[in-house]
Amino acid sequence: MSEAAWEPVIGLEIHVQLNTATKMFCACENHFGAEPNTLTCPLCLGHPGVLPVINQGAVEKAIEIGLALNCAIAERSVFHRKNYFYPDSPKAYQISQYDQPICLEGHLDVDGGRIGITRAHLEEDAAKLVHSGGEAGRIGGAEYTLVDFNRCGTPLVEIVTEPDLRSPEQAIAFLALLKNTLQTIGVSDCDMEKGSLRCDANVSVRRAGSSEFGTKTELKNMNSFKFLGDGMAAEIRRQIDLLERGLQVVQETLHYDPGTKALRSLRSKEEAHDYRYFPEPDLVPLAPSQELIQRLHDGLPELPAARIERFASQHGLPPAYATDLNAEPRLADYFEAVAASSDAKSAADWVLNTRPAPVDTVPAATLASLIGLIAGGTITNSIARQVYEMLVADPTAEPAELVERHGLASIGDSGELEAMVDEVIAENPAFVEQFQSGKDGVINALVGQVMKRTQGRADARQVQELLRSKL
Amino acid sequence: MTPDTLGLTAEGCVALLDAGDVSCVELVDAYLARIEQQDGDLNCYLRTRADAARDEAARFDREGRSGLQGVPIALKDILCVRGEETTAGSRILEGHRPLYDAGVVTRARAAGLIPLGKTNMDEFAMGSSTEHSAFGTTHNPWDARMVPGGSSGGSAAAVAAGLAPLALGTDTGGSIRQPAALCGVVGMKPTYGAVSRHGLIAFGSSLDQIGPFALTVRDAALALQVIAGRDHCDSTSVELPEPIAVPVGDDLNGVTIGVPTDLLAQGVEPGVREAFDRSLEHAQHLGASVREITLPTAVHALPAYYLIAPAEASANLARFDGVRYGLRLEDPGDTIVEMYGRTRSSGFGPEVKRRIMLGTYVLSAGYYDAYYGTAQRVRTLIRREFDQAFADVDLIATPASPTVAFPIGERIDDPWAMYACDLLTVPVNLAGLPGISLPCGLSEGLPVGLQLIGSAFSENRILAAAHALEGAIGFDPVPAAMRGAG
Amino acid sequence: MAISSDDVLHVARLANLSLSDEEVARMSEQLSGILGHVDALAALDLEGVPPTAHALEVENVTRPDRPRPSWPRDEVLANAPAAQDGAFRVPPTS
Ligand SMILES: [Mg+2]
Ligand SMILES: [Zn+2]
Repeated sequence: MSEAAWEPVIGLEIHVQLNTATKMFCACENHFGAEPNTLTCPLCLGHPGVLPVINQGAVEKAIEIGLALNCAIAERSVFHRKNYFYPDSPKAYQISQYDQPICLEGHLDVDGGRIGITRAHLEEDAAKLVHSGGEAGRIGGAEYTLVDFNRCGTPLVEIVTEPDLRSPEQAIAFLALLKNTLQTIGVSDCDMEKGSLRCDANVSVRRAGSSEFGTKTELKNMNSFKFLGDGMAAEIRRQIDLLERGLQVVQETLHYDPGTKALRSLRSKEEAHDYRYFPEPDLVPLAPSQELIQRLHDGLPELPAARIERFASQHGLPPAYATDLNAEPRLADYFEAVAASSDAKSAADWVLNTRPAPVDTVPAATLASLIGLIAGGTITNSIARQVYEMLVADPTAEPAELVERHGLASIGDSGELEAMVDEVIAENPAFVEQFQSGKDGVINALVGQVMKRTQGRADARQVQELLRSKL
Repeated sequence: MTPDTLGLTAEGCVALLDAGDVSCVELVDAYLARIEQQDGDLNCYLRTRADAARDEAARFDREGRSGLQGVPIALKDILCVRGEETTAGSRILEGHRPLYDAGVVTRARAAGLIPLGKTNMDEFAMGSSTEHSAFGTTHNPWDARMVPGGSSGGSAAAVAAGLAPLALGTDTGGSIRQPAALCGVVGMKPTYGAVSRHGLIAFGSSLDQIGPFALTVRDAALALQVIAGRDHCDSTSVELPEPIAVPVGDDLNGVTIGVPTDLLAQGVEPGVREAFDRSLEHAQHLGASVREITLPTAVHALPAYYLIAPAEASANLARFDGVRYGLRLEDPGDTIVEMYGRTRSSGFGPEVKRRIMLGTYVLSAGYYDAYYGTAQRVRTLIRREFDQAFADVDLIATPASPTVAFPIGERIDDPWAMYACDLLTVPVNLAGLPGISLPCGLSEGLPVGLQLIGSAFSENRILAAAHALEGAIGFDPVPAAMRGAG
Repeated sequence: MAISSDDVLHVARLANLSLSDEEVARMSEQLSGILGHVDALAALDLEGVPPTAHALEVENVTRPDRPRPSWPRDEVLANAPAAQDGAFRVPPTS
């Protein structure tokens, strides 16, 4: 089949768990990993008579997300009730936002491409279900289900993109930048394993060049970028295969099993969903003041997109480098700290290519002075590697002090090197003769011998020049 | 001494307690004794809390008291009391013990009021006769063959029968004012937002308000003083622009009262109309000017109300699913869906099922705009109409109920006939306005209620006018049937 | 507006009420009756009239993001028809 003849069309729905201190509508603590049902109250358990009260912290984080995604902040937004029965929903409705979300259309630019943000809205998370008995784990054979309401009612922001993504790779790049952006503004830890970042993908394909949309399917809740990418790729192949065999794509919700690499259609509920949205009468509208929005805007740190550009322009780094250095905020922060007192290009090399990663081991200032020693010719690159290993073992050590203690300084201009060269010439008359009779390659053998004696403290090119000048 | 609680007002209780004629325990015991004697027949209370009430009374006797401290009060069983069974008149909540106190309960306790028990009601406040209670109907103290009105029938009847000097009820479409009218007591529905709904088991969240029942307007004002005000647990509660004042004046000079002729043309029975007209004459003698107005859209309030309230109720009652509290079934079934169906079908009564079905239907795909959306627009017109009316008049007067108390069983099988009881009260809820019902005479030996409606947060104006009229009308709130009884 | 028994069954599924045949029949009759009265609203001119969800004109009612202790687990589970291992137990979801 000719994949080239087809164009994938992808839109994402991302649920982000906000790192507020409390839940969306009650003052129970919002944190992961507590004993089951120890973070609950009559409100998040949906007891009779309770009333929700909006968490101002969640509202401000939602607005910060909107601002970071270039969204317009709605002058007036309202909450709706989304009605459905399921044991993870204690009121049998989720308080969410419907036709008046808090953040309106925005965009995020991913390496050249502009991805539209349709909306971002506030809502409450559901409880956690554990299906037990029967065939372990599988909902199908469960004998009973246990409900833990700790997560129930914690604040979520749901971000919906336009169908602007054209490949799984682009979708993942977008997600990575989005994740970095959310971490940079500090609204969520975005830990996909813990479920604090969840992504559904709407996937369809169409003839290359066509402007019509094909029938889309929804890929549910992948818990890693890799699985999401694999899932999207598999689904795109499946759809292309169907269409090329003249068959139809059916609109359905699919789950990708990373183990079997198979796409499973999630059994649709016996009753087609009819959420019966209506305005939540227990809450009043949100109408954030311009002052508040301005204050939150001024409080935002430099965003990854801008930082990538600055790294390229200010530090003259290749775009690929700038992007890689912004894979996560702490990496970019570390690089800037190193580059502050050393050559940016070398700093980028060390930060990106050294294992174990310096960001986890060596203090930025220490790495900077190590790079300084190379630049100043005090040590060679290979010696620098040795020193680095020592720093990994003892991050408190000082590079210059290590070079001193272990006598690792280059011996380029000192008489010591010249003496060594003379020794090697004296001890290898055969090589010398071959060289002088025109066998130029032999010089390398002599260089090798000198280098061995210097234990790497000299620069090979310099050694060769010295040899040539003496022969 | 043991006081006679029949006809005893809250202010009367305070006088007895202040004078030291009775102790708080004696007062509480007097009410409990009368409940013991009378309530077997009337069924106003679903539960009393004799021991707790005596303990609270004894504390005031020991430590001293002032103000309303030591005055008993009855609570509609839709108000949550921590650790004490609260059922909203439904099997599905039988045995449910809330984990917290309702906002008004907290305020009542803080003021030293002593809850005697929980009163009967139509299941989840859905009804106008208290016949829809899962725990038997309440009888009207004026005539035991008649309904007390509803849904707060237990609270209204308890105050009329001398089983409590004060009571709290809730009013979504008339559930305080209509039973107050049918039982010959004062009942007030405050402006939406004046009283916290926290701990009120929701029926129609954008309409529900808690309010007092009392024998006098001044008592109602005292109770409202206690419960009104902003509660941080209810985002829709607000601080009143001015504190509730206990009325003293006895004239209506300079007050203009509007009478909506078109609304009254909607089948108000003659006896009720006569009593209503007489009270308008009293108003004029007190110096008020009475003028005819029209509320053309309010005439359509009933159908709009019976779309909005059930829609909200269908979501509010979805949480009763047998997962976290409430009805325990022997066999919940093999799947969660079976458990939902069995729990809800055996836990809810017919009227509640009817409203859940109606509300679910009008919100369902394809019908929202035609029904719920339309009702919300009608609601806008009704609010505008009231706003315009209050530009010309200070108060609007109607009967609180088109009829006097009707025989038990008469309307139970005819939903719309039952809904029609709310004809004159629902427009007030849709507009979020305050309204009071005060007894203004008898028709065929049964009480008639006069409804006074004011603009938002004009509680003090309403109470002042009602107090003046109350004096002029001189209604005796003691049911003839109760005299000598006990 | 007549509500067929199929409508009733569909809505009953949405509302998770299991109704007897006799209940379904009565429900379709009574709901049809009630909605018959509602049809009167069709006569009103609602052109350009905005909906009112709330009689109250208040905005931005929120609380500070400050935690308070949650309820003791044994207390919240005490109300539960069925509990196990510190959780609420329900029949399987499918
Ligand atoms: Mg969502
Ligand atoms: Zn909570």
